[in-house]
Amino acid sequence: MNIDQQKQVIRIKNLWAGYGTETILEEINLDVFPGDFIGLIGPNGGGKTTLLKVIMGLIEPTRGEVEVMGKTPQEGRCHIGYVPQQVSLDHDFPISVWDVVKMGMLGCRGILAKVSKEDEQVILTSLREVDIENLRNRPIGDLSVGQRQRVYIARALVTRPLILLLDEPTASIDPLVSKSIYDLLNKLNQTITIIMVSHNMDAVSSYVKTIGCLNRKLHYHGTKEITDEMVDAIYKCPIELIAHGIPHRVLSPHKHEERE
Amino acid sequence: MGYPTACFHPISMRKENNMAEVLQFTFFRNALMAGVLVSIACGIIGTFIIVNRLVFLSGGIAHAAYGGIGIAYFLNQDPVLGAVVFSLISAFGMGYVSRKTRERADTIIGVMWAVGMAVGIIFLDFSPGYKADLMSYLFGSILAVPSSDLIFMAVLDLVVILTIVVLYKGFVAISFDEEFATVENVPVNTLFYILFALIALTVVITMRLVGLIMVIALLTIPPAIAGIYFKDLKKMMIAASLLGIVFSTCGLFLSYAFNLTSGATIILVSGAAYGIAQAGKSVCDRRKAREKI
Repeated sequence: MNIDQQKQVIRIKNLWAGYGTETILEEINLDVFPGDFIGLIGPNGGGKTTLLKVIMGLIEPTRGEVEVMGKTPQEGRCHIGYVPQQVSLDHDFPISVWDVVKMGMLGCRGILAKVSKEDEQVILTSLREVDIENLRNRPIGDLSVGQRQRVYIARALVTRPLILLLDEPTASIDPLVSKSIYDLLNKLNQTITIIMVSHNMDAVSSYVKTIGCLNRKLHYHGTKEITDEMVDAIYKCPIELIAHGIPHRVLSPHKHEERE
Repeated sequence: MGYPTACFHPISMRKENNMAEVLQFTFFRNALMAGVLVSIACGIIGTFIIVNRLVFLSGGIAHAAYGGIGIAYFLNQDPVLGAVVFSLISAFGMGYVSRKTRERADTIIGVMWAVGMAVGIIFLDFSPGYKADLMSYLFGSILAVPSSDLIFMAVLDLVVILTIVVLYKGFVAISFDEEFATVENVPVNTLFYILFALIALTVVITMRLVGLIMVIALLTIPPAIAGIYFKDLKKMMIAASLLGIVFSTCGLFLSYAFNLTSGATIILVSGAAYGIAQAGKSVCDRRKAREKI
């Protein structure tokens, strides 16, 4: 991969961040290039969501630099489509699928901007893309978890993002629906750079292009293998990894071991 | 202190107990009109209070407003003006706390709630003279609403409606998903403070109707009922406003018929309707669940 000639879409240098006096992220360095599909795994409380929030400028880093599309997160986040963790949202909220997706039309255009006929067409296209056009008039509370995930992905797509950030997109979604969501992400990855945070190892490993491990510190080498070093450094990651049935090899072979 | 001034005292007036006849009185027509105007603001703002879970904060603003009434009395100023200023200050203060404090924001709001009220009471202690009509701020004085107040209410309705219409998309976005709104560079903080200010102003005019102790009921009950039946924010606001109008009108006539405090009667009518709506919902849910099986 000729990474020197590519321009990073996200550049993180020596970043430290946390809440109040509590440090959650230490010494994070990360370069994300166009077309990447990065899966970040790690234990709960390891800072996965925090890292996404720093990238989007929702949390100010205590130290270090973050650039999104060569700009500050506050400016660069206009190019980010964000799919939040579902538990953070109120699903009793009286709002229809259509209106949720329409929220993506805010897209850094200001709240006074009108939604034009063409914009409505964009919303419709996004709904079709994630295959939930038929649900558009339903209240968000009526939908299943998997359907809702598609709504939030559609909303992120309406912002016409260059980068898609997803926080636990398949949490509490059954494997079959998860697979369809990952297939959708793979399709979107043809044009959009994706960073996905998850503790669901097996799925992550079979769909993403590269894997990183995050437990306060980030272990990411732009590869899809989880190295011994990662395993050593982040005890908890491989536990999950071993516990789940993995569809293909993500652990690099040990020295004394032959390749299968 | 005497009884709330909101009761109907003149016995002669009640002699025939004719509902139509009462409409001849300007004060009663004013009261009905006040009910309509206040219900519109309450329906719209109350809906945002419910979906943003700001009920406690709004209760705090309402009670802290009493501090402003006390200070205004002490300074010989218009109590309503004092209430406006003080409720705006407390709305911004409590709003700031609820947005900045990650934990225990409700504790701090609870403290401000009580302290605001205490300030009002102490200042009243310092103020000389007859203070009986202060009860009307606690329990409402809908039967003594002057025409000037009606104009104030109408203006506020206009302000509320215009603000919500113009900034609607922004308010929906911050209410449903604040983080996403921030990422879209929506001015989340500014919008929240505008909302807090609208809550404060609505509280002050609602205070006229049912008193600051019961303000919270009129702000929350109509949208809560509307929320059971409508899963759309706009419909919820319209339904809540209409319900508020029905409750305040029914409450006023009942309070006249049975010689009761009008504010409390309006609240009890609303509360009863809320109970029925909730019960109806659980019956419906059970029936639906059975049909699914």
